[in-house]
Amino acid sequence: MEEKIQEIKGKIALELADVKTSGELFQLKAKYILGKAGIIPGLMKELGKAAKEDRPKLGMVINSLKEWATDYFAKKEAEIIEAEKNYRYKKETIDITMPAKALKQGTLHPVSIVKAELIDIFAGMGFKVLETREIEDDFHNFTALNTPKEHPARDKQDTFYINDDFMLRTHTSPGQIRSLTTMKPPFKVLIPGRVYRADDDATHSPMFHQMEGLVIDEKITLCDLQGMLDVLVKKMFSEEAKTRFRPSFFPFTEPSVEVDVSCFECSGKGCKLCKGTGWIEILGGGIVNRKVLENCGVDPDKYTGFAFGLGLDRIAMLKNGVNNIHVLYEGDLRALEQFKG
Amino acid sequence: MLAPLSWLKEYVDIDVTPEELEKKLFDCGFEVEQIIPYGDKIDKVVTCKIKEITQHPNAERLRICQVDAGKYGVLQIITNATNVSVGDIVPVAVDGATLATGDRIFNGKLRGEPSYGMFCGGEEIGIDDNFYDGASGDSVLIFNEKDLPLGEEVRDLLALKDYVFDISVLANRPDCQSVLGIAREIAATLKKPLKEPSYEYTAKKATAADAVKVTVKDGELCPRYIAHFVDDVKIEKSPKWMTRRLKMCGINSISNIVDITNYVLLELGQPMHAFDEDDLEKREIIVRRAENGEKIVTLDEKELTLNNDNLVICDGVKPVALAGIMGGLNSEIKETTEGVVFECAKFKRDNVRRSARMLGKSSDSSKRFEKGVDEYTTERAMKRALHLVEELGAGVPTDVHVDVSAGKEQENKTVKTTFSKINGVLGIEVPKGTVIDILKRLNFGVETSGDEITTVAPPYREDVEGYPDLAEEVIRMYGYEHVVPTLLQDAKITAGGYTKEQKDELKVKKVLIEQGYNEVMTYSFYSKKDVAALHLGDGDEEGKVIVIENPISDNYEVMRRTLIPSLLGVVSRNVKKGNYAGRIFEIAKTYIPRSLPVSDFPEERKHLCIAVFGDGEDFFTVKGALKVIEDNFGVKFNLGVRAEKTYLHPGASAKIILGGEEIGCFGQVTYETCAEFDLECKVFVLELDYDSLQAAFTVPFKFEPLPKFPEVKRDLALIADEKITCGEIEEVIRSACKQSVKNVELFDVYVGDQIGAGKKSMAFTVTFSSDGTKPLEAEDVDGFVKRILGSLKHRLNVELR
Repeated sequence: MEEKIQEIKGKIALELADVKTSGELFQLKAKYILGKAGIIPGLMKELGKAAKEDRPKLGMVINSLKEWATDYFAKKEAEIIEAEKNYRYKKETIDITMPAKALKQGTLHPVSIVKAELIDIFAGMGFKVLETREIEDDFHNFTALNTPKEHPARDKQDTFYINDDFMLRTHTSPGQIRSLTTMKPPFKVLIPGRVYRADDDATHSPMFHQMEGLVIDEKITLCDLQGMLDVLVKKMFSEEAKTRFRPSFFPFTEPSVEVDVSCFECSGKGCKLCKGTGWIEILGGGIVNRKVLENCGVDPDKYTGFAFGLGLDRIAMLKNGVNNIHVLYEGDLRALEQFKG
Repeated sequence: MLAPLSWLKEYVDIDVTPEELEKKLFDCGFEVEQIIPYGDKIDKVVTCKIKEITQHPNAERLRICQVDAGKYGVLQIITNATNVSVGDIVPVAVDGATLATGDRIFNGKLRGEPSYGMFCGGEEIGIDDNFYDGASGDSVLIFNEKDLPLGEEVRDLLALKDYVFDISVLANRPDCQSVLGIAREIAATLKKPLKEPSYEYTAKKATAADAVKVTVKDGELCPRYIAHFVDDVKIEKSPKWMTRRLKMCGINSISNIVDITNYVLLELGQPMHAFDEDDLEKREIIVRRAENGEKIVTLDEKELTLNNDNLVICDGVKPVALAGIMGGLNSEIKETTEGVVFECAKFKRDNVRRSARMLGKSSDSSKRFEKGVDEYTTERAMKRALHLVEELGAGVPTDVHVDVSAGKEQENKTVKTTFSKINGVLGIEVPKGTVIDILKRLNFGVETSGDEITTVAPPYREDVEGYPDLAEEVIRMYGYEHVVPTLLQDAKITAGGYTKEQKDELKVKKVLIEQGYNEVMTYSFYSKKDVAALHLGDGDEEGKVIVIENPISDNYEVMRRTLIPSLLGVVSRNVKKGNYAGRIFEIAKTYIPRSLPVSDFPEERKHLCIAVFGDGEDFFTVKGALKVIEDNFGVKFNLGVRAEKTYLHPGASAKIILGGEEIGCFGQVTYETCAEFDLECKVFVLELDYDSLQAAFTVPFKFEPLPKFPEVKRDLALIADEKITCGEIEEVIRSACKQSVKNVELFDVYVGDQIGAGKKSMAFTVTFSSDGTKPLEAEDVDGFVKRILGSLKHRLNVELR
């Protein structure tokens, strides 16, 4: 028996040496260990034929063979699983520098992006958004805004006319008149939209975008305008951004101010973008002229307000480093695809 | 507006640096666009006297001079100048000198002989005859004064160092379009007194024959006209101080009389004109509108044809000047002029502007009139000119003075208000004393009583109308840095944010972007050619467009009713630049006239327009955009009816029908329309009335509980006549088992030999769902399929492949 056991051990070691796959291993396992047909379980049958006094010893010998074989197979199995695993991963190794797969998304227009950002800022402060008409009449675009007949802005050189009575609005300010004549104070509105002026060069386009802001309430002051614009520039540009007022003139505000923001490129130290001044002009505004309120039937002794207007294109250009406004309107996909909202 | 610092200093004691002055002006509303320095670079260019001149031993054209340069000692200077002689005092640039051009001069050797500097001409020190007689030309400048100290900086001797401030003046401050006007502001901001120039003159008694008659026929266009006769005129050159100032402000000297008018224009902002008395027939001036077709030759020798909108100054017979714009050649000041009639007037600003633009003539005069001139200055300017005539000895002012005023006398603007109102605008508490002080510095008359304040604006301030104007005056002098940001502390809370429509529009854009569309923005106007490219029929509404009366170009003439030409333009530009594929969209207004010509506000309706082009894009890409809109906004389109548009492929286009209304169309652009945009590739477009679409948006979905039992899918490969559409088959499949068919999806189409001519194979995946009472068994599904196949055979003669 002893010999037989040694022979089996030898055969297992020999046969297992060549095994490469878990399938082969399983076949050998079946041949030697598993079930009743296995060689080792077969030895147990021979136990009956042995002398009674030899049986315990023999039983122990066979059992130890079984343990040995089980162990031997287990070790081999672990080796094969490891090898197979390694082989599979190696085989599936890819060129990780190949191109990425992603659904190609489009982009919002840079002016839409800026518009949405601004609206989000102002909506939080209680502003509604109004879209008013683009083809306006003299009353809304000029007269009610205290722009007298002889004002140069009315020149045909600057304004696109449909006829003597109708024109393309030259600013979003007629939206002030449309709000004042239809809404009951107090209110806060934003009026974004297209505006038109007869100008066409690298920084001017005959069509561009403005956004008007108008707040009407009792006791509105210049301090409130500055406070609100401070919030705007902090959210739009950076927490460190500051505003600066300087005197200006618009027929529909008095006092009127030009508002500069500290340069977000150089934080006010002076650079190419701000032409060394540390400040960038971003909008105009002021306290609503009493005549505008009167023209709209709003009592100027009870209500006051402030208004401001900013160029959406200009801000989009400043934020994105675009120096020719026509990039915004030509629709070259190589440009548009760069503007990620 | 240009103002030399040295000139400003004549009226105000300016004791700050040019940079500080720039800041002060900026803070009170006058942006200095640039400071142009004069003579700032010149250094170590000094006076010297030539003691001895000898010939250079090695060069025929060079001479060796020994000069006395004061503290720089006796220097040897080599020169090629031929105009210098012993005894002359000339400028010399000594070792280390800097010239006006920025060039540096150092000791050197010329043909073996050392030279310790260089003689300078006018150009090297940046001056010409306007500054110093003899400074023009390229020879060495020889000083006319024979007793100049030697070794002195020429820059200081000639007072060359100066700064010209280029200031932008706001439209409401025409009173500051002058050196004196700016000086007034500087005086106020520096808290210094203003020294007015002299307006004194002595009038000679004139004879009856000297009288001049003035008639203003259009008082609206010429509210004020003052004429004054100056006798015994001697036309000469003006003094250097005057020509130099004119030059620094960009005006060339002509003669004493003309220079005086220009000087007053710069100094006070009032344009003037001088007529030769001999050219004024009948010694008469008539201010009237020009006849249509009337002609005048202006000083620049150009003949202009006028019309009734132009105002002219005439003598007793003919036009002699274009009012406020330019004088006539026929009455100009000549060397022989012996008497002049000065004109000082106020012409209506918009009329001057319109005439100047119409005639293409702009002058320093017209620019001032366009901005506005006040009558107070009109009066003073005449006096100032007469003073200058006396000062320069250019003539003798007479007492022939005609002043025609059409309107009522100008009144100074009075404002009665309170300190609280002024501060109420600002939102800060400016102390009463400060308010009073600021207004007084700005030459306002101020009276107060408690909180009340009454101000009288100076006569040149026609812009001050109410307390908000006073508030502005106060804060610009007090300083905007005093404005403390507050966040609407006294205001009521208002509900803000987007309306549902505005949110929806953003979502539509987002949904399209996710499908790979780029948003574009194109002009609201395009050319008539763009409309023509659509090949519209006579009755097509899209052809009835609003046209701009004064477009800047034919390309931007028509207010669009359809966005398709705009987007085809974008596609075309992209293809030309090598972008051969893309998806774009725009949501923008279209402009629909209620009548033509326009007599009422046109309707403005938003359109959504899409264009796709390039490999792999087709009709169904665009249809896909509609599908995502359906999925996201709870609308259902009928897309099964072919469109009839002149610019869309008849076999590859469809109407977009929503709730029974046609709201748009989509499909392939015809080859003919593409060709109009130089496009050879296929382009697919969609355009719909966005306002109608948005009105139909509903709550897009409500949660539907998940099916209790799994759904079952079956694939059906069918053979149909090639004319049968996918839509027809789908409809039959759905209606065959209405409750149980959840979805029908086409996944393959095959046309070819295997199935024979005139036939096509279409494969569908049909998804069945249970009614919720029990799971679907195979037999149930078999039953449905049988019913479907029966219906297909019966209704469409379609069979299983």
